[in-house]
Order: sequence, then structure tokens, then C-alpha cells
Amino acid sequence: MIGPLIGEALRAMAANRMRSALTMLGMVIGVGAVILMLSIGKGVEESVRASIASMGSNLFMVVSGAPQAGGIRMGSGSAPTLTMEDAEAIAELAGVVAVAPSSPGTGQVVVGPTNWSTSVSGTTPGYFDVTEWKFARGQSFDASDVRGATRVAVLGQTLADNLFGDEDPMGRTLRINQSPFIVIGIMEPRGQSIDGRDQDDVVIIPITTAQRQVFGSQVIGSVRFIQVKAAGPEVMNKLQGELETLIRERHRIREGQEDDFTVRNLTSLMNTAASTTRAMGLLLGAIASISLIVGGIGIMNIMLVSVTERTREIGIRMAIGARRRDILWQFLLESVVLSLVGCLIGVLLGIGGAKLVASATELKPIVSLGSIVLGFSVAAGIGIFFGFYPAKRAAGLQPIEALRYH
Amino acid sequence: MAVIELQSVLKDYVTEAGALHVLKGIDLQIAAGDFVAVMGPSGSGKSTLMNILGCLDVPTAGEYQLAGQSVGSLNDAALAGLRNRTLGFVFQGFNLMTRSTLEDNVALPLVYAGVGRRERQQRAREMLVKVGLDGYAKSLPNRISGGQQQRVAIARALINRPAVVLADEPTGNLDSQTSSEIMKLFEQLNREEGVTLVLVTHESDIAAWAKRLVQLRDGVVQYDGPIPADFRRHG
Repeated sequence: MIGPLIGEALRAMAANRMRSALTMLGMVIGVGAVILMLSIGKGVEESVRASIASMGSNLFMVVSGAPQAGGIRMGSGSAPTLTMEDAEAIAELAGVVAVAPSSPGTGQVVVGPTNWSTSVSGTTPGYFDVTEWKFARGQSFDASDVRGATRVAVLGQTLADNLFGDEDPMGRTLRINQSPFIVIGIMEPRGQSIDGRDQDDVVIIPITTAQRQVFGSQVIGSVRFIQVKAAGPEVMNKLQGELETLIRERHRIREGQEDDFTVRNLTSLMNTAASTTRAMGLLLGAIASISLIVGGIGIMNIMLVSVTERTREIGIRMAIGARRRDILWQFLLESVVLSLVGCLIGVLLGIGGAKLVASATELKPIVSLGSIVLGFSVAAGIGIFFGFYPAKRAAGLQPIEALRYH
Repeated sequence: MAVIELQSVLKDYVTEAGALHVLKGIDLQIAAGDFVAVMGPSGSGKSTLMNILGCLDVPTAGEYQLAGQSVGSLNDAALAGLRNRTLGFVFQGFNLMTRSTLEDNVALPLVYAGVGRRERQQRAREMLVKVGLDGYAKSLPNRISGGQQQRVAIARALINRPAVVLADEPTGNLDSQTSSEIMKLFEQLNREEGVTLVLVTHESDIAAWAKRLVQLRDGVVQYDGPIPADFRRHG
């Protein structure tokens, strides 16, 4: 029964090519939009997830706070309140795996005739453990380099490429704000950070070297922030309290006084960011699916016209033995075929659109099988839902009336 | 044995001007193998009678038995089944499916009877040969003449081996020569295959091909008997 009916549906569509095409266009655009939007949402979600992973897991960031000077609060981190000794004390806490105090800034890096403005990150060897960042070549500076404020540098991939091109940077000398440094290591590429910064455009040097020789103006021994890696997600909550208590004690902040530092749980922050992006993606898909409903209404409209036009045909079919059920199926199937063919083209359009977006913009849409399956089942559902009323109307015709219709 | 048996069949239509009595007590028996022409002026109730005979409509009162089955008590689906298996229709306007091939047109009743594709195709081709359209199986209806289209319609009406074929003005859209050819085909099917035929017409030279004449006037049977001698076949 279904076989000849599908053939019938295809023939009916072929008989009104222009009309069928325009009707399908509604579904094509709807499904295409849904798939494109879902894939963009998914892509953004993935890139957020990737940049979270690139930051390392179970991280705290202790940021120098606003010191109070006669009631006037300065901006967070404007004058560092944290010290190297704070970092050393944090490292003693149970559940802390690695600690990295940092003094970041920017600097002009020069190699021969080439120069490049980049981020300069003064830190300790703990930084590479905290961030779980691997070396492509060479190695980290060690504790004695920090103690001795030696001029050694570890380069990010982008910086290495821009300064040295095809040449081997290992062992070469570069100048950061006039001071010469020897390159002892190159990091593996990490890609974009969550705010779109290139994390590979960086030079990492011992924090003492940075404080004394690169950012000469800073108070010696002060650090802008301390990254802390915890042993696992289960100790995060306990550790956050302990970190706060410890630093309050060390900074002699009395009960009732405000902290001059902030402890941020980066993992939970990033999870919030990830779920926000996910919600955004779903919202995009939901908005796009409104166009699917519009497409469905288009199908219903055309099917109603088609039923009216083919009243006589329905009468003939009934006369030669079609039951109401057969007529219902015939028209229902036609609207389902219409919407499924539209959906198929829409899926291709959506995938093509995602490719186009990928090549033309920074976004990296990911077309998932799930979104295609979703698009298909929604389209089939819409075909059935919006096709049912016209089909019901066709099946409800009186054979005599239908036969008499001209 | 009577294939069609009508006993005091009444049909009323409710209109704004009150009930309209279209059929006022029809008694009619048609035996298997008969060839009956139904005539009557417009308004005599012959269309209504055909609708009732064709199970497209049910009588207001009275009894209609088709092939031993009482039609009055059947629901829509059962009526559809009866039309499919027991009746064949031939219309004035041919009423073929314009988008389907002749073969598919002829096979259409078999689709609703649930016959498989292979058998449908085979039987449709045999039927096309029988009505003289050998080799046209894959043509479309608009590629052939009116007379040929009516032959396709006849093949479609016969494909499910119905007990009765109802033909409503089957030559109304055809020229006289083609009309004669169609009537010859009907006459031959009736004579050689024993197909029971009920033919509605308003032309005496068409009715002349039948064996028996039923004449309606104002909702009653006015004449039921052999074809009068002054009815002459044309051609």
C-alpha cells in the first residue's frame, strides 16, 4: 500500500514542480537554519571547552586586590598586595599541587632586525605544572634561575614563529625591553584563550628577572596574581576557605575588614561560561526552529489547495474502492515526502552554510549527527502535524460530491 | 440469480424548501449477465439511482442487495470495499489519473484491494490487451484519444472481476463512430465474458445495444422490458 502511495506523492510533486519547490523552500530554510545555528552553538561550546582544558584543571587564581589608602580603593591588582612569600606559604597547604606567582606585562622583543610586541610573563617553574603546558622543545628554567634572576626565556609558538621564522630559536639570544635573554625552551601551541587572546603569543621568564630587569618600576617581590593547582575537584571547596584564611592572616587583615585580594575558582567560573554558551547555542536553534514552523504552515497551505484542486480525483479514487483511510494516507504521505525532501536539502544547505561560516569567520561550527537527526525528526513531525488537517479534510469528502466537483 | 435487487427503495433529500422525494419506491432486479440500459429525462432520478446502485449513496428507506449483501447496513469502509471488489465504474468524462501511466490507471483498484505489484502489473497488461490497447501500457492518458481513454476506463472497471459494471453516459463525450466502437466493446464483454452491465444514457441509439430497458420518470420505474423495436443501433 505504501509503495504506490509514495510513487503517487512524488508524481503529484513533480506535476507542480514550481509549487512543490517553493513549498519545500520553507522547510529547506528552516532546517538549514536550525542545523547551522546548532552547529555554530556547538562550535562555540567546543572552543570554550578547549580553552578551559588549555587552562588546566582544578585551578584557583589568587589576584592582588584593592589596597585601601585613606578610604580610597584602587582597582583590583593596581598595586600588587601579594608577595612571593604568600606564594611560598600557599605551597605548604595540604591539597596544593603546584603554585605559580606571576608578574605579567608587555614588552618589545627584538631579534636582529625583527621586533614584536608581546606579553611577558614573569613566573616560577611551578607555572608549567599549574597550567599543564607541555614543552615542544627545551625545558623550563629552575628554582636557581628564579633565585639568581637569570636572563633565560621560554617562548610561545606564535612568538617563536614571528621572531625566528624557520630558524631554530633554541640557544639564540633575544632582547626584551633592551635586556638580552637566551632561549631555553619552546612551548607547544595552546590556541585561543576563552576571551580570544592568542595564548601562544607570550614569552615566559623567571619572575625575579621580570621584576628587576624588565618591569623596573614594580615593587620588588610583589606579584600580580598567584595560580594555584589543587589535587582534585573534591578539595576545591575546602581549599578555597583555607587560601582565604591563610592570606588574611599573612596580610594581618582583622575581622570585619575587607580582603585585599580575591580568590577565584576558575573551574567553576569556566563551567558557568560553558553552560552559558550551551544555552546560547540552544537558544539560537530554538529561534531557527520558528522558521520550521513557518515552513510547516506553508506545507499545510499548499496541501489544502492541493486537496481542493484534486477533489474530483479523490472522488474517483473513492468510487473505485479507496477507503477514507487510504485517502488520508495518500495526502499525509505527500506532505511528509514534501517536508522530508525539503529537510534533506535543508541538511545539505546547513552543512554547506557551516562550512562557509567556518571558512569566512573565526567561528568553527560543528555539525553533529544529533542535530541532523533532530532536524530530520522535527521535519517529519511537522510534515505529519501540518499535513494531517488537509489529509483529514480530503478523507472526509463525500464521494458523490467529490465526483460532481469540477 | 439476481446480482442487484432493489425493493421499494426511497431516496429523499432535505432541501431548504423541504424534503425532496427523488426516488419514490423503486423495485428492480438485475440478473447476472444482463445488460440493462437506464433512461429517463433529467430530474427523473436516474443519477440518484446510479449513485445508490454504485454504493456511493445509501437509500433513505427500502432494501438494496448487491451480490447477496444488504448494502443499507454497511459503514463507509465496507461500502468502499464493496465498490472495489463488486463494482466497476465507467464515467462520461473517463476520469483517469492524468499523471499515471495507463497500466497504473488500470491497476489502481488492485492497489486498494491490496494486490501485490507484480500481479497488478500482469493483470493490468492483460486487461489492456482485452480492450485493444496492447502496447500502450506506459503511455499517459493525455497522449491517447478519447475513445482510447474510455477503453482504459473500461479496463479499470473490469480489472477486479466485478459482479456489475456501472456505466454513466460512457459515450457522452465521444463522437458517434467512437461511441459505436465503445458500445461494441461493451456488447462483446457482455456476450463473451458474461459481464453484467448497467448503462445510463439518454440516447436511444446507445440504449439499443442493451438487452433490456428501464425507463424512469419522476422517481418511479415507468417501463421495464425489452428494448423497443424503434431503438436503432447507430453504425
